[in-house]
Amino acid sequence: MSKPSFTERNLQILFPLPAIIFVALLMIFPILYTLFLSFTNWNLTSGNPFTFVGFNSYFRIFTEPRFLNAVARTFAFTFFAVVIEGVLGVAIAVILNRAFFGKSLAKLLLLLPLVATPVAVGIVFNLFYDPTIGLANFVLQSIGLPQGLWVSNAATVIPSLILVDVWQWTPMITLIVLAGLAGLSEEPIEAARVDGASEWQILRLVTLPMVMPVILTAVILRLIDALKTFDIIFAMTGGGPGYASETLNIMGFKYSFEYFRMGQSSVILVVLFCVVFGCSLGIMKLRAASEI
Amino acid sequence: MQNKKVLSNVLFYVMVVAIALIVLFPFLWMLSSSFKTQVDIISWPPKFFFAPTLQNYQKVFGEQDFLKYFMNSTIIGVFSVGLSLLLGLPAAYTIARFTQTRLAVFILLARLMPGISFLMPWYIVFSRLNLMDSYVALILSHMLIALPIVVWIMSTYFATIPREMEESAMVDGATRQYAFLKIILPLSGPGIITATTLSFIFSWNNFMFSQVLSMEKTKTLPIAVYNFVSYAEVDWGGVMAAAVAIMAPAIVLTMIFQKYVVKGLTMGAVKG
Repeated sequence: MSKPSFTERNLQILFPLPAIIFVALLMIFPILYTLFLSFTNWNLTSGNPFTFVGFNSYFRIFTEPRFLNAVARTFAFTFFAVVIEGVLGVAIAVILNRAFFGKSLAKLLLLLPLVATPVAVGIVFNLFYDPTIGLANFVLQSIGLPQGLWVSNAATVIPSLILVDVWQWTPMITLIVLAGLAGLSEEPIEAARVDGASEWQILRLVTLPMVMPVILTAVILRLIDALKTFDIIFAMTGGGPGYASETLNIMGFKYSFEYFRMGQSSVILVVLFCVVFGCSLGIMKLRAASEI
Repeated sequence: MQNKKVLSNVLFYVMVVAIALIVLFPFLWMLSSSFKTQVDIISWPPKFFFAPTLQNYQKVFGEQDFLKYFMNSTIIGVFSVGLSLLLGLPAAYTIARFTQTRLAVFILLARLMPGISFLMPWYIVFSRLNLMDSYVALILSHMLIALPIVVWIMSTYFATIPREMEESAMVDGATRQYAFLKIILPLSGPGIITATTLSFIFSWNNFMFSQVLSMEKTKTLPIAVYNFVSYAEVDWGGVMAAAVAIMAPAIVLTMIFQKYVVKGLTMGAVKG
């Protein structure tokens, strides 16, 4: 046999090299650049060159109530959205987990919200929520409840946005859990049934524990995306009314591309990055721990 | 006993129909509103029955440069997915064959990290390079959406192909890169369809990158739809027709490739 060529000997470096260079240039370099800018006071509109201010931008942002509210709001939005999506998503998967007429159509319908353009979804829900012509108030009126201002009211804007997120992403949890349920072995379930367990006991004590790793992964994937929710909030409220629906992602966007205060926006982006990165690390630990 | 079974079946189908209606409802409301005149849309109580009109679609496709934005979304989607396959397939192959876990995590980080932490520096660099509102900038940014999806799906897919497939060819004297091109890739059709469909849909739906990096020349559909509502007086019929037009391609793709899309979205969470 002839000696392997240079290409073949170094295949495991050469094959992924272009992708590595691409990701380094477009992801790693920008993140480091953002970190660098967070220690400056650069403002694009002032036209002045930037100076280093150490941790000054951090102090300024961290003492700003607007920022602290955005942090709290980001976590609250994520927590409620993901809990509701998790509970509903698993419940629907359990309901649909049997052979029935129209099952593949039902699965197709569940896919539709996942592939629908989020910005357009947000706009459709804005028509739905419109206080004077929207269907949401018509429904409230029909069942004798007082009408609401939905996304136009600071008190109801976050729940209204969570409802949109729940509509769009619950199906993802359902589909993942359905796939997980389909892959379970029948034996423990049959054994429990032979032993006289009720369907509810089987679900609670056998099926759900077996599918728990899948549920956990689905929920955590959702959690990472929920922390970064941008499109529907930006399209529906732009962070308003006032700052009432401003999450970290929206605030970072405004500081970057509306106020052009790059130094301070970098601080917000670094915080958002750390939050998401921390959660992702946690997941990988969890996944590794659940690996058998 | 018999009655109880019938009752539980009825209850089951009631629940299934209720779930289906909730899922479908925003789509149906969007679709029906897109055929309403402005008068019908702003009437109270909301109208469920009305004389349909095509004027919203005529307006959207006629006056608003909508076809240009449609083309932009298509060009950016096709090139970013194509180039991501070019970079991602070889990487996914070695990740699967040489279990390069760290490399996989490195590329998948692009999927997990918030896009805005790259976007702000891109904005500064692309401005300096005079690449704002260029296809190059848009395609590069959308590649960061498509590449992790390609690598994620294809490394899982390659791992399901037995090693013997290329090893037997290599015993006969073929190089590994030849075996990858001539034996593994031809076997990877289903995986490539999954990766292509999903990454195209995510590129198509992306809003944030295009909102910042594109202006008139390279504007994509989500931005066009968003700009539609930024005017003081919202033309709801036009907006809904635009929303239908932007969602239609992704939904049609999903219907054609349903099996693949489900697999791609649930892959990884369910360990195969």
